[in-house]
Order: sequence, then C-alpha cells, then structure tokens
Amino acid sequence: MIEMKSVSKWYGKFQVLKDCTLSVAKGEVIVVCGPSGSGKSTLIKTVNGLEPIDSGEITVAGISITAKSTNLDQMRAKIGMVFQNFELFPHMNVTENIKLGQIKVLGRTPAEAEQKALALLDRVGLAEHANKHPSQLSGGQQQRVAIARGLAMEPMAMLFDEPTSALDPEMINEVLDVMVQLAKEGMTMMVVTHEMGFARKVADRVVFMDHGEIVEDATSQEFFGSPRSERAQEFLSKILNH
Amino acid sequence: MFDLDFSVIPANASLLWEGMKMTFLLTGLAICGGIVLGTFLALLRIAKVPVLMHIAAAYVNLFRSLPLILVIFWLFFLVPLLLGRPVGAFSSVLVAFILFEAAYYSEIIRAGINSVRPGQLAAARAIGLTYSQGMRYVVLPQAFRAMTPILLTQAIILFQDTSLVYVVGLRDFLVSAEIIANRDQKLVEMFLFVAVVYFVFCFAASMGVRFLQKRLAT
Repeated sequence: MIEMKSVSKWYGKFQVLKDCTLSVAKGEVIVVCGPSGSGKSTLIKTVNGLEPIDSGEITVAGISITAKSTNLDQMRAKIGMVFQNFELFPHMNVTENIKLGQIKVLGRTPAEAEQKALALLDRVGLAEHANKHPSQLSGGQQQRVAIARGLAMEPMAMLFDEPTSALDPEMINEVLDVMVQLAKEGMTMMVVTHEMGFARKVADRVVFMDHGEIVEDATSQEFFGSPRSERAQEFLSKILNH
Repeated sequence: MFDLDFSVIPANASLLWEGMKMTFLLTGLAICGGIVLGTFLALLRIAKVPVLMHIAAAYVNLFRSLPLILVIFWLFFLVPLLLGRPVGAFSSVLVAFILFEAAYYSEIIRAGINSVRPGQLAAARAIGLTYSQGMRYVVLPQAFRAMTPILLTQAIILFQDTSLVYVVGLRDFLVSAEIIANRDQKLVEMFLFVAVVYFVFCFAASMGVRFLQKRLAT
C-alpha cells in the first residue's frame, strides 16, 4: 500500500531523513517510534506529500507521490491524517469540520455529508457533541473528531502523527481505543507514537528511527522481545522502565 | 461672545444628509475595494513565487510612502491626461482610496494570515483541499476574525480621510457643511456640528473595536 524507497530530505545542510526505505502492506499497522528529533514526524508527512522530499520515491497504492504528474490533492483525500495538535478548524462546529472535505473534495451533497458526519461521530462516541465548537471539547474529544474527519473521506490508509502526545494522560486511552478499533477493522495505519502499549497490542511491525535513519524495522514481537540495535534497546529501556 | 444659532442645521438637514451619504458611500466602497485588493496583495506576498512577492511588496511600499492627497491628485489630474478623457471626480477619488487603502489592508491581512497556525493549512491540505480552498475555507475566515478590530480601526481612519475629497470638489459631509457655513454665515455652528458628528461616529466605532478586542481575547 505504502512504499518508500531511499527517501532523503535536507533542511538546508541538515539531513532530516537518510535513505529511508519502508513498506506498509494493505491492512497492516506500523508504529514508528524513536527519540524526538529523529525525523519520524517528517517521515510520516512525506507519505501524503505535506513534506516534499529531495530524493527517493514514495508510492501509495501504486501511485507516485513524488511524480509531478500526480494530482497530490486527490491523493491526499485518499490518505487520512491525524495531527498531534488535532488541527480542527476552530471557526466551524464539529459536524462542519467533518463535512468540509466531503463537500468540497468528494462533491457530496451537504445532506449526505451530514449523515456521514453524524454516523462517524456516533462511531467515535461523540454523537451528542455534533453541534459544539472544537474549543468546547476536551483534547481527547477533539482528537476523536479529527479521526472522524479523516475517516469521512473514506481513506485507504490513515497516518497518525503523535496523536496522543498533546493529551492529558487520562484522555489518551479514549483516543487509543478508537485507533485499536480501526486497526481491528483492517485499516492500513502508520502511527508515529511513544505509546508502546498500543504498539505491542496492535502493531504488526515497529519501525525505530534515530537521527533520520530507520535503524530497525521488525515485527512487534521481535522488537519488544529482542531489539537488535543498541540504540533501540537504549530507547526502549528509557521509556519502558519507569 | 458668539450668538449661536443652531437652527441652521435642521434647516439644511437634507443637504447635510446628501453630504453624509456621499461620505458613507465613499467609505463603504473604499473599505470593500481595499479589502478585496488588499487580500489579493497579501496572498501574493505570502505565495512562494518570488516575482509575485516582489511586485506586491513594491506596490505596498510605494503606496505607503506617498501622501494620500498626492494619490488623489494623481488619479484626478494625471490619469485623465493618460487616458485622454475625463474620469469624473467620484470614480477617480474612489479608485485613489481603494489603491491607497489596499496597501495598508494587505499588511493587516498578511499579519492576520500569519497569525493562523501553519498546521491549519496542513490539516486542510491533508483532507484533499487545494491551496486556494484551504486559504478560502480554513485560513482566511480565521485570519479575518482575528483582525476585525484592526480592520475596523483602519476603517475609522478612512472615514476621516474621505474628507480630503474637498480638493477635487466632491460634496461630502464636510464640504456640504462648509458650503452652508459660508452661505449662511454660520461658521462656528456648522464646524462645531461637523466635529461632533465625526467624533460621535469615530468614538462609537472605537468603542466597538475595544469591545471586539475584549471578546476575541477570551
């Protein structure tokens, strides 16, 4: 589904991504972890072209993200993305947030979009908040709306960029529960996160990044059982042993 | 000292009202035109196309470096020479105001756009909206909301500046009052009245600005 080949990217002289190669099969759940500044957020944003790359190749469902001939806007509509800071549109209520892309990009009628929005809100457990504005919701609720907004486009894959990092601890689980459910339903997911419990539970593979490189790419059993690289071992011991 | 006779005001109410309508019309049209052109300029300035950025920046710098009255003169006296036909006081003045105000509005609007978190446009793009759709439906509505108080402040300045149209002989509120003042020898009454009217409008509007600022801050 997602194929990345030798992806490199520089910010000026600083190389954020070094020759990253990664593939995500349909229905697979991949967790990307690593210390901050390791390039994992940048990596996930290259998948839908939000971060352009300097060399390498990325294809999603066989269509190149990097080719000039590709209509990136159309591709993005098919790849859902959830951000660390939710990025709900504050001037719209929850339902309108979920309707916008459906109407403007998919060409659905407002009535169809509304129906879909309400169904998704129900699915993420927020049906009673349909007419509220994002600022009236807790962080966890906002993030669930953001997931619904992504799902409304009926994407073929979902990208999660640290979806729980900005949340208070007691709200993390409500978001993870939605993600676990989504994974069980067979959604192709690429998730940047430090939630190792989530990784252990649902990830098919764990990718460990450091200094812009993919240091380790292993099944989650292998990764948590016996990570091969020293850096991954060190990282795990830091975040697991407290 | 003075024997004030304010009956001159109701006696000439319709003439004053005509002038006031002209002032409002000019202010309103110049605000709308200025915001439209200013938004366009602001979008050019943040577009990552160097040529467009430079053109817009040059425009803004040029008009911000000229006195408004000079722009009015230019449009009124020189443009007809260039075109070879008269333009008319109202349209030349209106165009002058729009061109001039757009330079200021574009800077306000640019600041407003920059005040919207970059993640908002990223989120808009992520659901498949194009750059212009993202700007139109997500960034600009938030930007305009944040800058309403400053735009309104600029509108107050413009409302006062429209009185400059006397140089091309347009009858706005101030000119109408002046005509009456001279004709009926009621200079003190009329200019007092004009001052009060400008003050009431502008003060009320700045109270509105303060109210909006408080509301937006919460």
